[in-house]
Amino acid sequence: MISNALKSFNIFLENNPRFKVYFPQGLLIFFLLIVVLYFSINAGTNMASRGIETGFGFLNKKAQFDIQFSLIEYDGGMSYGRAYLVGLLNTILVSVIGIFFATILGFFFGILRLSSNPLASGLATGYIELFRNISLLLQIFFWYFAVLRLLPPPENSLIIFDFVFANIKGIYIPRFDWTNLDYFLYGLLFTFLLIYFFNSYTKKLRNITGKQLPNISISFLILFLVPTIVIFLFNVKLEFIYPELKMSKNIYNYEGGVTIIPELIALAFSLSLYTSTFIAECVRAGILGIDKGQKEAAASIGLTKNQILRLIVIPQALRIIIPPTTNQYLNLTKNSSLAAAIAYPDIVLVFAGTALMQTGRAIEIVSITMFTYLTLSISISILMNWYNKRISITER
Amino acid sequence: MMKNLNLLWFKEKFFSTPLNAFLTISIIYLGFITIPPLANWIFFDATFIGSKKSDCVSGGACWVFVNVWFERFIYGLYPAEEIWRINLAFGILAASILVYNFANQKIRKYILIFLFGVFPFISLFLFHGGALGLPVVDTREWGGLFLTLVISVFAIIFCFPLGIILAMGRRSTLPVFKYFSIGFIEFWRGVPLITVLFMAGVMFPLFLPAGSNLDKLIRVIIAITLFEAAYMAEVVRGGLQAITRGQYDAAKSLGMGYWKSHFFIILPQALKIVIPGITNTFIALFKDTPLVFVVGLLEILGMINLAKTNPNWLGLATEGYVFAAFVYWAFCFWMSRYSLKLENRLKTSN
Repeated sequence: MISNALKSFNIFLENNPRFKVYFPQGLLIFFLLIVVLYFSINAGTNMASRGIETGFGFLNKKAQFDIQFSLIEYDGGMSYGRAYLVGLLNTILVSVIGIFFATILGFFFGILRLSSNPLASGLATGYIELFRNISLLLQIFFWYFAVLRLLPPPENSLIIFDFVFANIKGIYIPRFDWTNLDYFLYGLLFTFLLIYFFNSYTKKLRNITGKQLPNISISFLILFLVPTIVIFLFNVKLEFIYPELKMSKNIYNYEGGVTIIPELIALAFSLSLYTSTFIAECVRAGILGIDKGQKEAAASIGLTKNQILRLIVIPQALRIIIPPTTNQYLNLTKNSSLAAAIAYPDIVLVFAGTALMQTGRAIEIVSITMFTYLTLSISISILMNWYNKRISITER
Repeated sequence: MMKNLNLLWFKEKFFSTPLNAFLTISIIYLGFITIPPLANWIFFDATFIGSKKSDCVSGGACWVFVNVWFERFIYGLYPAEEIWRINLAFGILAASILVYNFANQKIRKYILIFLFGVFPFISLFLFHGGALGLPVVDTREWGGLFLTLVISVFAIIFCFPLGIILAMGRRSTLPVFKYFSIGFIEFWRGVPLITVLFMAGVMFPLFLPAGSNLDKLIRVIIAITLFEAAYMAEVVRGGLQAITRGQYDAAKSLGMGYWKSHFFIILPQALKIVIPGITNTFIALFKDTPLVFVVGLLEILGMINLAKTNPNWLGLATEGYVFAAFVYWAFCFWMSRYSLKLENRLKTSN
């Protein structure tokens, strides 16, 4: 019976190709609509029965909770929107620090793994296999609860180079105190523009006349000279404010400098180590991916060893390395959300944790948090796709 | 002569350039200052036997902590007299894998059907109980390494077919399927797992009919499945793209339709190519399971965090974490090596 019906249905489909295209798609849309409708009806009744209000109006209300670490001015009297911004900036801060160190470590160990020295390649292999096979959350807990808790109390801090003070409450470094900083920044901007235009000019010159100016040395000269002139011309000054040990309410503490909280250190440290192992593998694959013939061909047209590396190997290796490395940057940014586990005030802890607990607006807050990460991910990938397209081979 | 050659080899490998010599010397120095204290802490000065914290007096690691809490780390808060049920389920699993390795092709098929079709239900029944004289063990009492394995194994079983369907959907010529799949995949890949778990914890219940109470563990497994399915889909898509047009054409010329050609020709080849990718996804999933702490489930890392705050065992976090690190490392390393082996065995020469 059923098989007969199926058979005739199949024959019907074969005879109506248009139907075969539209019917399943219509079915999917219908099914999705039903699911969405079902969920929204449920959500509506549930929220009505629990007395939860909806809407994003709560973002303007007073947050009434404090955040331990903030890049911008914040206190409990400010709005939930401001708290969101604090969390977002903290997420970006730890991601940028993590990406910076993960890249350096990743390239270092990726190259080291290819070394002909068995000790060096063994060390790199051990490093990579150790840190990539252990859960990231475990690594964060380890650095935070096991290592950083071993630091001494503030009154006998570890003093490094006389200006870095490490204790159980964090690491304290001197604060920069600038006078006329804005002039200096404008000067820096001007310097970079100058170098950019100079380089495009020499490139044009080389393409037309074949003459090669010593760009790199002249660029460095500009980089050094222009800021120096700006510093003397506009009286730019930099002073350091050193952290000092003070006692208030019988508790010793450092004041005056910049405080790097242990949560940030543990998080940045473990994110860098964990992600660097994946970047190291990308780097290794990139370098191994270059054909030996490329180097030989370059040598045969008379390029020096340095030029081969700079003009032939690195540009081609980067082309292989960049796409998977971008993915790792994205992963690092998303993994920074594990901050919530050790109470580093990132967007998840501040917003999806504290703010959600206080307001009970589960749907709005979880959606905003997810949407934020989606935006961050998509913007990084657009940026990297643009860069990747710029350096990829134009096949003819 | 031979000795000379060895010396030459030695020089070539370790001291060929000044940089290389510097590397060699600094690595040896690094090993010299780190390995002896580490070995002393882990083995020589460590205390292995005892029953309380005060037994650890030697100054090294206090493995007594791991020893005493071992059962909790593995089984969570599961009642002690019911633990045999977990052992039985994992025993069946181990036995079937063992038989699989020695059986011929025909028996292997049945074992696979058993493992994927019957075993999940048997094990769930054993874990949860509620009939045949087995008392119910609520999912709140599940924990430790056992919970890690339950979450990761069930999530991978469910996310595999979903990922294949999404990958096929993304390559579909029908726009609704294509854009739905793209949207679904990119959405889950763009958000961190922790927010997905937050969603499972606080948002899911709002979407279900009033009064219904879906178990927390089931909600978590659904969330992780949806999340990992997106990653699986991208892995499978890579395999589908690697299959040449000729294969599709050949299947079509034999009169196979879309489903038949995919099921019998395309997918078997594509999945074989992406074995390393699938293993990597599984390893990533396994390493992500500790995140379930956000909804209050305590797998192995959660149990260690619980144990280290016990007033009788304060200050032993390092030992606990080293133990957990060893467990995670051993599982992940074994999986990656196994996939390498599988990849080599399935490699068909072209």
